[in-house]
Amino acid sequence: MANTQAMCTSFKGELLTATHNFGASPTRAGSTADTFKAALYLASATINASTTAYSATNEVTGTNYTAGGATVTNATAPATSGTTAYWTPSASITYTNVTLSTAFDTMLMYNSTQSNKAVAVYTFGSQTITAGTFTLTMPTNDATTGLLRLA
Amino acid sequence: MALVQTTHGEMDESLLRKEEGAFEDDNEITTWVEYWLGSELVHRSAHVTLKKNVLTEGITQMIS
Repeated sequence: MANTQAMCTSFKGELLTATHNFGASPTRAGSTADTFKAALYLASATINASTTAYSATNEVTGTNYTAGGATVTNATAPATSGTTAYWTPSASITYTNVTLSTAFDTMLMYNSTQSNKAVAVYTFGSQTITAGTFTLTMPTNDATTGLLRLA
Repeated sequence: MALVQTTHGEMDESLLRKEEGAFEDDNEITTWVEYWLGSELVHRSAHVTLKKNVLTEGITQMIS
């Protein structure tokens, strides 16, 4: 046998469930899953890895779009496979009967339970919507394509 | 008779000109449909399928 330096896969999965806390705060009082939301941003915005929290600045506006975006359906717990931890929303994210006239190309997923802290940024081809529906369909929830992966 | 939600309310699809398109790259598969009343765009919907997590490599670098 030989020992191998590695980050434990179980730890990666536990990061997605807030099992570990290396700092003094925040202290998690609840044991239920947080609520995550998906906000859309204009193509002219600057949303990236440096984004720390949801902001209405440069968020899309338009008929039937609520500031802050849509709630992400979270019915599937994080999982691990091989050396990768992963999680994917359990349903498509849909904005129904909206008019978004200014081009947008980004979705920010954030944790509305934890002070709207940012989670991840997803970009796509620039879109406008006119009295229609914008749908973001999720990739397969596995270690290869899951929406949130720690490899 | 199929009805389409438009900027003028629900309209009979037969009164409108329909245009569709699709786009695919490594990141997404996108389809869209437009309905035109003459030269006026009265409906546009889009459906984006995310194919993979574009942040994987960045997260990997931070965690590993």
